[in-house]
Amino acid sequence: MSRIRIYVPGDAAAVAVGADEVAAAIEAAAGRGKTAVEIVRNGSRGLHWLEPMVEVATSKGRIGYGPVGVSDVESILKAAAADGADHALRLGRPEDIPYLKTQTRLTFARCGIVDPRSLDDYRAHGGYRGLEKALAVPPAAIVDEVTQSGLRGRGGAGFPTGIKWKTVQQTAADRKYIVCNADEGDSGTFADRMIMEGDPFVLIEGMTIAGIAVGATKGYVYIRSEYPHAIAAMNAAIAAARKAGRLGAKVAGSAYAFDVEVRVGAGAYVCGEETSLLDSLEGKRGQVRAKPPLPAHRGLFGKPTVINNVLSLATVPIILDKGAAFYKDFGMGRSRGTMPIQLAGNVKYPGLYEAAFGVTLGELVDDIGGGTATGRPVRAVQVGGPLGAYFPRALFDTPFDYEAFAAKDGLIGHGGVVVFDDSVDMAKQARFAMEFCAIESCGKCTPCRVGSTRGVEVIDRIAAGKDRAANTALLEDLCHTMKFGSLCALGGFTPYPVMSALIHFPEDFGAPPRLEAAE
Amino acid sequence: MATRAPWDIDIARAIIVERQAVPGALLPILHALQEEFGYIDREAEPLIAGILNISRAEVHGVVTFYHDFRHKPAGRHVLKLCRAESCQARGGDALAARAQARLGVTLGDTTADGQVSLEPVYCLGLCSVSPAAMLDDKVVARLDDKKLDALLAEAAR
Ligand SMILES: Cc1cc2nc3c(=O)[nH]c(=O)nc-3n(C[C@H](O)[C@H](O)[C@H](O)COP(=O)(O)O)c2cc1C
Ligand code: SF4
Ligand code: FES
Repeated sequence: MSRIRIYVPGDAAAVAVGADEVAAAIEAAAGRGKTAVEIVRNGSRGLHWLEPMVEVATSKGRIGYGPVGVSDVESILKAAAADGADHALRLGRPEDIPYLKTQTRLTFARCGIVDPRSLDDYRAHGGYRGLEKALAVPPAAIVDEVTQSGLRGRGGAGFPTGIKWKTVQQTAADRKYIVCNADEGDSGTFADRMIMEGDPFVLIEGMTIAGIAVGATKGYVYIRSEYPHAIAAMNAAIAAARKAGRLGAKVAGSAYAFDVEVRVGAGAYVCGEETSLLDSLEGKRGQVRAKPPLPAHRGLFGKPTVINNVLSLATVPIILDKGAAFYKDFGMGRSRGTMPIQLAGNVKYPGLYEAAFGVTLGELVDDIGGGTATGRPVRAVQVGGPLGAYFPRALFDTPFDYEAFAAKDGLIGHGGVVVFDDSVDMAKQARFAMEFCAIESCGKCTPCRVGSTRGVEVIDRIAAGKDRAANTALLEDLCHTMKFGSLCALGGFTPYPVMSALIHFPEDFGAPPRLEAAE
Repeated sequence: MATRAPWDIDIARAIIVERQAVPGALLPILHALQEEFGYIDREAEPLIAGILNISRAEVHGVVTFYHDFRHKPAGRHVLKLCRAESCQARGGDALAARAQARLGVTLGDTTADGQVSLEPVYCLGLCSVSPAAMLDDKVVARLDDKKLDALLAEAAR
């Protein structure tokens, strides 16, 4: 009998809920039963409530089982040996599961499907087709293609990627750099991590295309130290790409040189801010630099630098492969293409949901996410990480779109959606936002450094019922000062979670409730 | 957790010299030193400053800026509990309270016997399986009281 191929995700979220133990148990049980198995540690499909989700290659395609515990392994192996037979945990073909079926997977096209350690598998699934297209045209045409696609930075600010590249391309210098921002500090987000662990070559390909487009020969991936699995996966992929001649002096046999190196952060949220990240890469304190100069003019080591988020760079290969028009066709308004949305917190079906821009917050939370995991009513949803606003149900008709969220005094940021049920205390959440800002402030501006600590104290006084009206006015004032007197978005955006909590959930601050929020 | 080598200035010097030519060498050097010794000894700062030809103040400024770098050895085990929003939404506050009560320390401290350092962390990227934690190099998620107690028992060994 031929060997049965079994996929057990090596993604950190799967590992954190027992995937390594499941893989070991499969190996052991196969040995005992003399069944020949080949275990592939794939990335995650992103259906995280089903992790560890094991897949078996059968004559009808891959069949999923999940969530699998060690005690299920023996019986699942039997089902696997019978060509993916029935089992209480059988999910059928993963791509038929509605959560996956209704997605538009462009950036995540391969994640969870391929073996992240295999360059051959990557190529067999369409990998490096974008680079081939890029090598066939002049660099300026690559930049044009990215500009035409409408791709905007997925790190949070939403700046058009092609425009950034063009600036670097047109700045003459003896050296230029591509820096990938893999600091992913936003709570509620994990898409960068999933790509690095599940499809690392797509990021390498995207960085390589960026390098060729702007004339850079060296790239750095700055990964947060909290991501040991991603660091290992990226290092392994870079080594494999070098060995295959896909990185190095002659990229894929072309005249272009490009190489990539991983650098590890050291536990500072502010180092996700691009100029702070560059200082950190240079070996300095991660303090935010005043702009100008833009990193595109004077970035890493004083040289023109493209700095982009993991998702922005990982989306470039498919844009080059399928063309700008294909990508641009998805989305709404000025938000083109798809967004890998991350559903987290108290939600029944947490995971990675990539969709064209335009899906509403309500659809995401109620329909796709299935409401809360606790079964209690959804009360608040924080979108866009720790600097994002808390939205009440009354704003659930807001479409996922940069401008639509901004119009409601919110932001989509890096695409994190964190759901809270009705047991949440919004004054406590507002306090945490201020506390987090105080902990992570780089210290450069007073409104951020001192204002955040004052903010914690003021919220404490409001919560204790001391002089509520006066202290609430003080809090609003403080937020105003932080918003307009901070150099970067850490101090400048902390008012978003604070003010949204205060405005939409006044009853948690001892004031009468807003009428619309009560429905 | 891997037992760390005791501070040794000659080994430290070799680690620094090996990386001194790397562009932006300071963070890679500090990571390597902490990996070897478990913390950044005070003696390391002038040593690095001398080899990289930068001021002691600059090195000290960097070591103190980043949350990761320690000035003294951690406990034999380090338990990091995620205290960020997604984990808060899934009962992280109660778990943190439980861990602190069981260990008799507050977040950020090490037990008196030097066995466990309990530390807050702000997101491990495991928000879809919140609440999450990390014991040394091992990630653990969907934590509840039982799973937390098992982690604490593991950390006690
Ligand atoms: C406090 C702070 C933290 C940030 N953290 C990140 C991060 O973790 N990852 C990221 O890609 N961008 C982060 N950003 C945004 C970056 O400054 C920058 O906009 C981004 O790296 C640009 O890449 P993009 O255009 O591809 O999004 C952060 C910004 C601020 C102000
Ligand atoms: S707003 Fe805060 S984090 Fe940003 S530069 Fe100012 S002090 Fe630093
Ligand atoms: S918020 Fe806890 S793992 Fe992300």
